[in-house]
Amino acid sequence: MSAVSEPIDGLGRDSTNWAATALTAIGLWARRYPVWIFLAAALVFFSLKSPHFLSVFNLSNILLQAAFFGFLSIGLTLLIISRNIDLTVGSVAGLAACLAVGLQPSLGLWLPIAIGLGAGLAIGLLNGFLVERAGIDSFIVTLAGMIGIKGLAFAFAGEESISASIDLFNELGALRIGRIHAIALLFLALLAIGHYVLKHTKYGRETYAIGGNRTAAVNAGVRVSRHVIIGFAISGLLAAFCGIAMAANMGAAMPAFGLGYEGWAIAAVVLGGTKLSGGSGRIVNTLGGVLLLASLRNGLNMIHVPAYYVLVTIGGALILALFFDTQFSRKPRQG
Amino acid sequence: MFQDAVLGKSRLAFQRLGVALPFLVILGLVATAAPTLLEPSNIGQVLRQSSIVGVMALGMTFVLISGRVDLSIGSMLSLITMITIDLHDRVGPGVAVIAALGVGLGIGIVNGILVGFLRLNALIATLAMLSLLQGATMIYSNGRDLTVAAPGETWFAFIGRGQVYGIAVPILIFLGLAALLGFLLHKTSYGRRVFAVGGNETTSAFSGLRAPLIVASTYVISGLTTAVAALIIGSRVMGAQTNTGVGYEFEVIAAVALGGTSFLGGSGSIAGSVIGVVILAFLQNGLLQMGLPYYLQWIVSWVIIILAVWTDAASKRKKVLV
Repeated sequence: MSAVSEPIDGLGRDSTNWAATALTAIGLWARRYPVWIFLAAALVFFSLKSPHFLSVFNLSNILLQAAFFGFLSIGLTLLIISRNIDLTVGSVAGLAACLAVGLQPSLGLWLPIAIGLGAGLAIGLLNGFLVERAGIDSFIVTLAGMIGIKGLAFAFAGEESISASIDLFNELGALRIGRIHAIALLFLALLAIGHYVLKHTKYGRETYAIGGNRTAAVNAGVRVSRHVIIGFAISGLLAAFCGIAMAANMGAAMPAFGLGYEGWAIAAVVLGGTKLSGGSGRIVNTLGGVLLLASLRNGLNMIHVPAYYVLVTIGGALILALFFDTQFSRKPRQG
Repeated sequence: MFQDAVLGKSRLAFQRLGVALPFLVILGLVATAAPTLLEPSNIGQVLRQSSIVGVMALGMTFVLISGRVDLSIGSMLSLITMITIDLHDRVGPGVAVIAALGVGLGIGIVNGILVGFLRLNALIATLAMLSLLQGATMIYSNGRDLTVAAPGETWFAFIGRGQVYGIAVPILIFLGLAALLGFLLHKTSYGRRVFAVGGNETTSAFSGLRAPLIVASTYVISGLTTAVAALIIGSRVMGAQTNTGVGYEFEVIAAVALGGTSFLGGSGSIAGSVIGVVILAFLQNGLLQMGLPYYLQWIVSWVIIILAVWTDAASKRKKVLV
């Protein structure tokens, strides 16, 4: 950074410097947030391969698919920045979907939805409690919860799919505003709120502080335990929301809903440049990761890659994301 | 000094078998509710069934002690079983067995490179491998389940169905491997290195241990034990399904945690894992005998892991305070 390039002559100076500065800026930006470059590349690739990829209909579909695991990514971004993780999100989505649909015949429309959200909130609080008060690593708590909560969903719903019995529920799920699904708009709205919270509120600043240096945060008077428990509660609530939105969109619920979604959501967060080591990350870039994965899934489908390869894609994307994570979290070179 | 540290850790692990005590009590209650549980024929059957989780738990013990985790073993089990059954009929049982071990070795090396050498987050990297290997299983089999055409005419059946002096071969494999790997972990310098890396990676690096290599080697062991488990299950069932191994990683982790191996790395024992496997197997069989659905076992695994690790964390905290 110390050496400034010397202009060769008066004419070349401005353009060289301007071009160099712009290139440097783009290079820096691409290095820090490569996800947007990947997204652009994926969009170009698929639109060249399939004429239907860039249609408004398909794009709004991609956005809808993105929204489903995107809900989970919002909560996970907060948690990962504070150096925690929540693997229960996929199972919670399944449980909440089953509760919201399965209780409809006896309780109507709104109460089951509230119960589903409440279950997500309660599981989030339980996870947070086990992490903070019992002192167990969040990975273990939520890894065990991942299978246990799936067990709860099966215990409640059995192995069959349950159909929604109230039409309004399905209508809400299929609602579009203009040509965009209401669920997708809701996702974008929640994302914006998440961005605001992280960037402009005390809670957001404390999130970075805890992830960056927990001891320092404690010493600085941050109520770390309470903060992290709230983080898990938010994640549980968003996961429940994801499950209910999926159920409303499909008009049915199954305990297996959300299976593997934790992988998609975490991959999106990490692809967006949020460090698993905590303390840094931006929710806007999580959106980039979410859109990238949704485009990949949709695009591979459009060019007739068999569905099995989707599993390989998500695995590969996760490993790639991790690789970038370790590459870029190394200390920047002195220059 | 090194030796003392290891012995101390073994002792600690032994103390932490206290983790298993509440479950022995629950097991007693389950046994009263389902009296058939402790009939000799049932005991033999439960032990035989437990050997698949058991063999995988031995490998997982190494990975956990080195301070990492391997979530890919369930999918790996599916993939290797599929390959074994496919090759068994197309090429022959000998090739199938060698291929199974080779694939287990290969995936172990890949995991080892990702986590050991590239230093990727173990949890997420092996979660990614879980998804990737499940996809590979589907691609390999084209989504179909396979069965062996003539299960009565192959020596391959011996691995999962045979008996030696009235003892089922899977049990012998499990106990034999437990003895072998127990020796490797607790009596050799390699084993002490695994403990050292898991206990304090920085110190171990300063002591001249090549942590990446040691971590990678534990994944290779885990890959190989999973391959052996795949041989047992393939031979037992004489077929392979795309979802053969789904959820096995949780059972294995629950068993190992129940056996007192710490998720934080640096402590644990093979004997503990064997005990954990057996207790878990009887508990699950008892619940099934009581007529409870299989997914209840998932809730049981949840509770077991949380309680086991909570006890572990509580004992660690006390140590810090004293």
